[in-house]
Amino acid sequence: MALKLPIYMDYHATTPCDPRVFETMRPYFTEVFGNAASRNHQFGWEAEEAIENARKQAADLIGASSKEIVFTSGATESDNLAIKGVAEMYYERGDHIITAVTEHKAVLDSCKKLEKRGFRVTYLPVGSDGLISADDIKNAITDKTILVTIMMANNEIGVIQPIAEIGKVCKEKGVVFHTDATQAIGKVPFNVSELNVDLASFSAHKIYGPKGVGGLYVRRKNPRVVLVPMMDGGGHERGMRSGTLNVTGIVGLGKACEIAKQEMPVENERVFSLREKLRKGIMDEIPDVYVNGHPTERLPGNLNVSFAYVEGESLLMGINDIAVSSGSACTSASLEPSYVLKALGVGEELAHSSIRFGLGRFNTEEEVDYTIGRVNEAVNRLRELSPLWEMVQEGVDLSKVQWAGE
Amino acid sequence: MAYSDKVIDHYNNPRNVGSFDKKDPSVGTGLVGAPECGDVMKLQIKINPDTQIIEDAKFKTFGCGSAIASSSLATEWLKGRSVDDALAIKNTAIVKELNLPPVKIHCSVLAEDAIKAAVRDYQQKQTTEEPKAEEAAVNA
Repeated sequence: MALKLPIYMDYHATTPCDPRVFETMRPYFTEVFGNAASRNHQFGWEAEEAIENARKQAADLIGASSKEIVFTSGATESDNLAIKGVAEMYYERGDHIITAVTEHKAVLDSCKKLEKRGFRVTYLPVGSDGLISADDIKNAITDKTILVTIMMANNEIGVIQPIAEIGKVCKEKGVVFHTDATQAIGKVPFNVSELNVDLASFSAHKIYGPKGVGGLYVRRKNPRVVLVPMMDGGGHERGMRSGTLNVTGIVGLGKACEIAKQEMPVENERVFSLREKLRKGIMDEIPDVYVNGHPTERLPGNLNVSFAYVEGESLLMGINDIAVSSGSACTSASLEPSYVLKALGVGEELAHSSIRFGLGRFNTEEEVDYTIGRVNEAVNRLRELSPLWEMVQEGVDLSKVQWAGE
Repeated sequence: MAYSDKVIDHYNNPRNVGSFDKKDPSVGTGLVGAPECGDVMKLQIKINPDTQIIEDAKFKTFGCGSAIASSSLATEWLKGRSVDDALAIKNTAIVKELNLPPVKIHCSVLAEDAIKAAVRDYQQKQTTEEPKAEEAAVNA
């Protein structure tokens, strides 16, 4: 098959809708268009049936029961609902929340907002591998702690936190445990019972479903978790999220979950082997390339690497027919390099030099071969252009240079 | 973010990439920026001692495409200029020529700084006694 350009290798940002998902959604735009809350006619019943089918598909993927799934507009809303909903429900029990510095902004900014309302938040640091330990959580929990929120897989560096161990600690201490599992659910095995998770956020568009729809798992037993809703109105989703259900999107989410469950073992192995081919193809050829985050405790499709002495955005320009992303400040609106890489203690220079490759369902071996060639060519070219590379070749220790710009 | 055609052209075909011997008394070297900030530019000028005209200029840049383009353009503009004329190159002219968006203005500022630093280095070498010229360059 001929190589089609540009190549998409940014699967952590979003994924294309799987054609099977799209086909499943199709009738729900025009034919089965009813409001799932219409209880007194065929149109409503059909919509409701579709919703309940999707709810089951989502629940099956994570080992939950259907009644524990609340549909939302996506993982950002799910994170907001989980964190603020718990805080508002349990504030009489305590005012302390524990999270980590590498969380997604939807979690961090929800926590910051709660701080303004008087809650206290502990932002745990991570190790140089990007991981936190269950002991860190245990030591941070006080009798005022009402929520621990730790993501399962990081969106930038792909590292997978020891969620089962953290869940065990939280259960022992009787603290509600939320995980932003947006990058994990559908990508790696996830079971709410085995992990002792009370709340879990997920999103359809990260798992080959449509954008604008996601869900929140809310535990109903041992313990029963209750949330104060963010959205008030018709009392949909057991009162936790009012608003007419996005039937088409939810049908797509359900189908995406079903496919993920069926194909995960085979797909993971394939994506992992592509990732490893890419990693070796780059690192065997080019010196001074560093993997960011734990080498093995990471998503099969994630490769986040820093190319020393080459700035990330210039590298993106050099491989402009391959869609990836960079932790370089120049690619962010804030002009700050990635806060996740900074939290790992990666030097700012290496944060500026980082590229995130996100491989997924539709990547091919030809695409990986092409990418290896393009990346290696661009890095070599940019190093020839780099005064830092030149200085290092001359034996200069860059850390000892007094930079004019400092 | 979309880059201007001129930035892309300089990025794909950077002019005057390379290095002169920084100990050469006719060479002025400017090294500005810092790796932590994501931009380091090394800009060198080679001056004809008789005419005091910049005969050649070279650069190497660690930075985004706009930083590479700004320094590449600066070397083009420097050739054939007197030292005084070199100092007349303003970052705003680079911004205009390359159509840099506001977030990339600092790249042009860095290029202007690099020109000034290279001229300063050359001038320092001239005021120093001949035998000490080498020492000054090493410290530069």
